[in-house]
Amino acid sequence: MIPFDFVYARPDTLEEAAQAYARLSERRRSPVYYGGGSEIITMSRAGSIRPGAVINLKGIPDCLALELREDALILGAANSLTAIGESRTFPFLRTAGGRVADHTNRCRITLGGNLCGAIIYRETSLPLLLCDARVLLYGPQGPRTEAFGRVFDRTVKLRPGEFIVQLHIPRWALTAPFFHIKKTAQEKIDYPLVTVAALFKDGKLRTAYSGLCAFPFHSPRLDEALNDRAVSPRARAEAAAGLLPEPAHSDVEGSGEYRLFVLKNTLEKLLEDVENGLLRG
Amino acid sequence: MVCYEGKTAIELLVNGINHSVLVRPSDLLLDVLREHLGLTGAKSGCRNGDCGACTVLVDGWPVKSCLMLAVEAAGHAVLTVEGLGGDAAVQRAFVEKNAFQCGYCTSGFLMVCHALRNKHPEAGEAVIEEWLQSNLCRCTGYLEIRDAVRMIYGMSQPPL
Repeated sequence: MIPFDFVYARPDTLEEAAQAYARLSERRRSPVYYGGGSEIITMSRAGSIRPGAVINLKGIPDCLALELREDALILGAANSLTAIGESRTFPFLRTAGGRVADHTNRCRITLGGNLCGAIIYRETSLPLLLCDARVLLYGPQGPRTEAFGRVFDRTVKLRPGEFIVQLHIPRWALTAPFFHIKKTAQEKIDYPLVTVAALFKDGKLRTAYSGLCAFPFHSPRLDEALNDRAVSPRARAEAAAGLLPEPAHSDVEGSGEYRLFVLKNTLEKLLEDVENGLLRG
Repeated sequence: MVCYEGKTAIELLVNGINHSVLVRPSDLLLDVLREHLGLTGAKSGCRNGDCGACTVLVDGWPVKSCLMLAVEAAGHAVLTVEGLGGDAAVQRAFVEKNAFQCGYCTSGFLMVCHALRNKHPEAGEAVIEEWLQSNLCRCTGYLEIRDAVRMIYGMSQPPL
C-alpha cells in the first residue's frame, strides 16, 4: 500500500490539466503529472517521494493521439509502450520501447512517463533524439512546440507546470534503416549496461546511447568520428569511446571501464557490419 | 474533470459485476480487489511490478494490479482469475500439463496467457516468449507453463 493520501485528478482537457496543477500548487499539494504510474507508485510505496496530488493525463484525448498524418506520425505521450508497439507505426521506437521492462509493465508504462521518469535510462528517448522528432508541450502559458533534441538535454527540460502532450515523428524516419542493441549484465529484461541505437540518414550513421553515462545522449561529435571511413572500424570505435560527454557510468550493473569495453566492441562490430554490407544505410 | 480527495465511493466493474467501493485515491487495485471485494486470486508478491503474481486484465490487457491505482480502474472492465470461471481453455491446459506446483504465481500466469490468446490468436514462439517474460515462477522451471501455452494454441510439443 501507499502509506499516505493524495488528491487524484483526471482532467479531460489540456487546459484543465494545467489549471489543476496551478490550483493544487497554490494549495501546496506538490502535484505531479501521472502517466502509467509505475515509478510514482513504487517510489511512493518506498517512501522516496510523497506527492500530495497526482494528475492523471490519460483522460485527455490529445495525449492519447496515435495518428499517421501526411507529414508526421503523431504519438500522444499518454499512450502505453504496448499501444505504440502494437500500432506498428514506428519500428525503431517499437524496438527501443520493446526492451523497456517486461510486456505486462509496458501495457502501463507510457511514452511520456518513460521520457520524464526518474530512472536514468529513458530508453525511448534514443529514437526520438535521432529522428528530428518534435515535441508538443502544454503548460500555464499554453502550448509550445520544440525540437525534441532542444528539450531533452540529459532529462526533459520542462517549465514549471508543463507536461508532454505529443511527439511528432517525421515521415522519413518511419522507414529509415536503424539498429538497436541493448547489452545487459545478465537477464534479457534488465536495465542496460549499454544500449546503442543507430539510424541511417543520408548514408550516415546517427547514434544515441543509454546506460553508458548517467543520462541518454546523442553526440554529433561522436557520430562524426564513427562516420570517418578513412580509418578502421576499431580506430573509429576507440575514437568514439573517447568522446563521451562524461565518464562512463559505474553502478551495480557494471563498472565504467567494463561499459567502455562493451561499447567499443559493440561499435566495432556495428561498423564492420556496415562495411561488409550486412547493415545498409 | 474527475477529482477525488479523501475516501470516495467509486464504481468498479470486476468480472462483469458492478461494485461500489469506498477507496482512498492512493489505494492500489490489488488491495481493493483482495480486501474490499474478497477476490484473493490476484496474489501479493513483490509489490514492485517484478513478479506478475498480481496480474489482472484491464480492458483485456494484462496489468500488474500492484502498480495501478484502484481509482484508475473506474470506467474500465477488470477481469481477475475468479472471472475465468474455472474451466477456461487456459485453466484446463495448465491442469493437463501440470503447469504449477505451489500455485502462488499461477493466477498471474493464467491471466497473461488468457490475454495473450485473445489478443494474439495466431501468436508464434517469439510473441509467446515476450509475454511470458512478465511473470516469475520459482517452482516449475517454466517448461510446463510453456507446454500449456502451446496446448491452447494447438502447437505440437518441441522434441525433448
